[in-house]
Amino acid sequence: MPKDSGIGASTKRREDIRFLTGVGNYTDDINVFGQTHVHFLRADVAHATINSIDIAAAEAMPGVVKIFTGADFEPVGGIPCGWQITDRHGEPMQEPKHPIIAHGKIRHVGEIVAAVVAESLTQARDAAEAIELGLTELPAVVNMKDALKGGATKVHDELTSNLCYDWGFVEENKDATDAAIKGAAHVTTLELVNNRLVANPMEPRVALGEYSRADDMHTLHTTSQNPHVIRLLMGAFVLGIPEHKLRVVAPDVGGGFGTKIFHYAEEAFCTFAAKAVNRPVKWTSTRSEAFMSDAHGRDHVTKIELALDADNNFVALRTDTHANMGAYLSTFASSVPTWLHGTLMAGNYKTPNIYVNVKAVFTNTVPVDAYRGAGRPEATFQIERVIDKAARELGVDPIALRRQNFVTEFPYATPVAVEYDTGDYEATMAKLEEMADFGGFAARRAASEKAGKWRGLGVNCYIEACGIAPSNLVGQLGARAGLYDAATVRVNATGSISVMVGAHSHGQGHETSFPQVISEMIGIPEDQIDIVHGDTSKIPFGMGTYGSRSLAVCGSAMVRAAEKVINKAKKIAAHLLEASDADIELKDGQFSVAGTDKSVAWGDVTLAAYVPHNYPLEDIEPGLEETAFYDPANFTYPAGAYACEVEVDPETGKVTIERFAAADDFGNVINPMIVSGQVHGGIAQGVGQALLENCAYDEDGQLVSASYMDYAMPRADDLPFYQVDHSCQTPCTHNPLGVKGCGEAGAIGSPPSVVNAVIDALQSGGKDVAHIDMPLTPSRVWGAMQG
Amino acid sequence: MYAFEIEKPSTIADAVLALSGEDTQALGGGQTLIPTLKQRLAAPEVLVSLSGVSEMVGICRNDAGEMCIGGATTHAAVAAGAGAFPALAALASHIGDPAVRNRGTIGGSLANNDPSACYPAAALGAGATIKTNTRDIAADDYFEGMFSTALDEGEIVTEVRFPVPEVANYQKFVQPASRFALVGVFVAKFADGVRIAVTGASEEGVFRWTEAEAALSADFSAEALSDLTVPADGMIADLHGSPAYRAHLVKVMTGRAVGAAT
Repeated sequence: MPKDSGIGASTKRREDIRFLTGVGNYTDDINVFGQTHVHFLRADVAHATINSIDIAAAEAMPGVVKIFTGADFEPVGGIPCGWQITDRHGEPMQEPKHPIIAHGKIRHVGEIVAAVVAESLTQARDAAEAIELGLTELPAVVNMKDALKGGATKVHDELTSNLCYDWGFVEENKDATDAAIKGAAHVTTLELVNNRLVANPMEPRVALGEYSRADDMHTLHTTSQNPHVIRLLMGAFVLGIPEHKLRVVAPDVGGGFGTKIFHYAEEAFCTFAAKAVNRPVKWTSTRSEAFMSDAHGRDHVTKIELALDADNNFVALRTDTHANMGAYLSTFASSVPTWLHGTLMAGNYKTPNIYVNVKAVFTNTVPVDAYRGAGRPEATFQIERVIDKAARELGVDPIALRRQNFVTEFPYATPVAVEYDTGDYEATMAKLEEMADFGGFAARRAASEKAGKWRGLGVNCYIEACGIAPSNLVGQLGARAGLYDAATVRVNATGSISVMVGAHSHGQGHETSFPQVISEMIGIPEDQIDIVHGDTSKIPFGMGTYGSRSLAVCGSAMVRAAEKVINKAKKIAAHLLEASDADIELKDGQFSVAGTDKSVAWGDVTLAAYVPHNYPLEDIEPGLEETAFYDPANFTYPAGAYACEVEVDPETGKVTIERFAAADDFGNVINPMIVSGQVHGGIAQGVGQALLENCAYDEDGQLVSASYMDYAMPRADDLPFYQVDHSCQTPCTHNPLGVKGCGEAGAIGSPPSVVNAVIDALQSGGKDVAHIDMPLTPSRVWGAMQG
Repeated sequence: MYAFEIEKPSTIADAVLALSGEDTQALGGGQTLIPTLKQRLAAPEVLVSLSGVSEMVGICRNDAGEMCIGGATTHAAVAAGAGAFPALAALASHIGDPAVRNRGTIGGSLANNDPSACYPAAALGAGATIKTNTRDIAADDYFEGMFSTALDEGEIVTEVRFPVPEVANYQKFVQPASRFALVGVFVAKFADGVRIAVTGASEEGVFRWTEAEAALSADFSAEALSDLTVPADGMIADLHGSPAYRAHLVKVMTGRAVGAAT
C-alpha cells in the first residue's frame, strides 16, 4: 500500500498552490518605498581597452540619480572564487581580479561598463545611451587551444598566460596509466566537445539593495540558491560588511539549475549603490542580459582513451580536457572541471588505472560555472561514449561490456580518490532491461525501417557524487568554505512546528518533502509543519542548495535537530507521566510509558514546555527548539542506467526520441512523485543538451545564440513519455535518512544514451559515423551522414 | 521601448492619412514590431494600428473564385476560415504559437517579408495578388529580397487575393530554436501548371524554384524531381544549417509537399 503521508508518500506539492495561482513572492514582486532602478550599460565587444567614459551628458538627463563606473569600485574587492586549485606542479591557479564594473578593460560581451541609477528604468536606459565610451578594440580570445599558443593575446595582461591551471589527477597514477595504455590489447580513442549551455531558469536574476541609516543595516533581496553564501562572499570579500549588518533574502526563486549559486556583480552593485545614493536600488535582468551575464555551463573539449585487455576488461582510462573558464573565475568555476569531474572518471567501472589532465583556460567569453550536474555530466558523457565506441570497434554488446566491468563490491575505493559506499549497478541495469523492453527493439526497428526511418538504441550508466561534502576533505582540496548545513526545529506551544533550514527550495519541493520527514519522526500531520528558508535573518545558517545536497546534508541536520527536540520532549513527558525518560516512547504523536497505558499527547508536552507550571525546571530549560549542524562523512553516490530509442530521418537528419527509460538508485526516497519530477526535468535538460542547446560564439567573441531565436530550449513536443523508476534502492550508509540525492541525475545520465542511440541508428542505416558532437541538430546529423 | 504616440484609425482612408505624417509606422499584429521596439531597435514617433480597420478583416471568395483575405486578418482566423484552400489554412495554423496566431496578421507578415516567414511562400506559391490602398501588385513583383517589398512609404496591404489551386501543400522544416522555417516549400498545382515557392533558404528571401515547376507541371510526382538539384550558392549559412543543407532540404521538402498535396 502506498503511504498517504510521511516518508515514502507522494504528498502533493503544497508550494504549487501559490505558484499556480499567481501568489508566489519572487524578488521582482518586491517593490519598496523610494526605490530607484539601475540599468547596466554592457559591453557589446568582447575585448577592448577602455580609454575614456564620458558620463557628463548622461548625468544631466532627466531622472538620473547617479552614474557609476569602474573607478567607483576601485576601493572594494573583486568577486571572489570559492575554490583554489593547485596545479600539477604545486602552483596555485592564476586568479585575476573579477571587478564589479569593468575598469580599464572589457573582457567579454555583456560585461558591465557603467551603471545608471535613475528614478525610472526608462530614464536609466535613456541616460545610458548618452554615455560616450572611448574604446580600443583588441583581438578576442575565443578558441581554448589557440588561447594557449605562444604569443596568444592575453585576456588578463597581469597573468603569465591564458592558462588558469594545468591539473593532473591523480598525478601519481600517470606513469602506470600511460604504461597500461601502451601495453593494452585494444585502445579506443574519442575526441569530443561537451557543448556550452545557458541555464535559462524561467525567472531571470533580480537584485534589490536597501540600506538603513538608522541602524547601518544592508538588505539584499536576490534570486539565489544560497543566501548565506552570498552574505559571506559579498560581505566579507567584496564590500566589507560584517554579517550582522547584512541580511540576504532569497524569496521564491523560479529555477536555479546552478546558475543562481554564484555571487554576481549585480548583487554587489545594488547593495553598494543603495548606501551610496541612500535609496533602494533595483535591477531585474532582461532575458537578453541573462544570456550574456548568467554564468554559462559545460564547455569542455576532451580527448579520452580507454584501454582494454584481450578479455575486454578495462585496464586504463586517460583523459585530456580543456575547460573554458570564460573571462573571469565565477564562484565555483575552478572546482567544476577538477574535483567535480576528475573524481568521477571511474564511473561505474573497476578500471584500475585512471589519469585525468585538465587545462582551464581564460577566454573573452561569459564566465562558465556549475550547471545541473556540474562536472559529472562531462565525466559521464566521456566514459559512456567511449565505452560505446569501444564495444562497436570490438564487435561486442555494449551492455555486456559494461556489465563485465561493473564495480560489484562495496565499499569501493576508486583510483580517483573517492570511495563509493554502496551501490548495485547490476540491479539498475536489470530494471532498465525490463522497463525499456530491449527484447522488442528488433521489431520496433523493423517497423521504423518500413516507415523510412532508422531506429537506434542507446544505453548508458552513470554515477554521481552528491551531498557535497565533508568539510575537512574539501578543505584539503582547496575549498574556501565548509560544506555542512544547518537546521533549527522550532516547536510552538500548541505543537505546530517551524523548521528553519539552510537549504533553499527553488523547484525542489522542500516545503513538501521536508515536513514528511518530521511528520514521520513525530507522528503529527504534515500540515502542522512548515519549512522556513531563504532569509539569513530567520535561519541559523546554510550553505544552500546545489549538487543534489539538500536532503542528504540539510535533511540530515534537520533529523539531528528533530532528534534533539524529541529527546527533550521525552524528558518533559517523563515528568508529566511520572516515569523515567528512558521508558518513554513516541508514536503517532503520543508519548507513552513502555508497557503501560499511560500516555500524554504531543501537544500537551509542547504546551508544558511553554507554560512550565508543572515542569522539571531544575533539570531542563523551558521552550522546545533545537538546532543542529551536519557535516557529511562522505559524498553520496546515486547511480543508474538509462536507455534511449530514437528515430533518424535519413532525408533530413532530424532525430526524434521515441522511448526513454531511466532506472535510478537514489537510496531511500522521501516523496516518489517529487523524485520522478526531478528526473523528468533533468532528462529534459539532458535531451536539450544532446539535441538542441548550443551556446555559440563567433571568432570575434560575439554571442551568436543570444536569444531564443537561436538558442533552442527543449519543449514538450521534443520529449517522449518517460519511463522512470527508482525502486532499486541501496540506502546511503552514512547519513541518517539513507538518502543520496536526485536533482541532477537526469541531466547527467541522459546525454550519452541519446547520442549512443543516434550513432546506433546511423550505423543501422549503413552510415559509418563514429561520433557527432552535441547538439545533434538535424544539420549536424545530416552533415555527418554525408561523410 | 522608447515613448511613442499611437493612433487607431477605423477606416483605410484614416489609416492612410495617419501614416502620411512624419516618422510614422504601421502596426499590424505587432509580433515582429513590438519586440523590435522593446529592444529599442526602432523609434517611430507615431504607431498607426491597423487592427481597428474593420474593412481589412475577414475572408471571402470573389467572383473569380479567389480567396480574398483582409490585410488585418489574423493567422488564427485564416487557419479557421480558409478551409476552401486547405494548404493555406494549414500553413496559417502552424505559424508561431497561439499567441502569435491570435495577434499576427497576414498583411503584417507580407509587409515585413521576413526571409523565414511562412506567408510569403503561400503568396508567391499561389501567385496571389497583394492589394494595397493604391494598387494591385502581383506576388511575382512584390517580394524584393530580405525584409524588402514593392510597398512604398505609407502604403498598406489591405487585402491578399489567392487563386485557389487544384491541390497544394506547404512543408515547413523548422529551425529548432525559433521554429521559423529553416526551409519551407509551398507547392500549388493549377490547371495551367505548378508553382513552387521556397522560404527560409535564400539570402534573397522567398523565391520560385522554376526548374522544379517545369518538371512538376509535366509530371506531378516526387519522382519528377529526382534528377534536379538545387544549387547551394546564395543559400543562408547560419548556426542551424549550411547552404548545402538548406539546398538539400529544398528538394526534400518539395518532394514531400507534392506527396502530401490535397
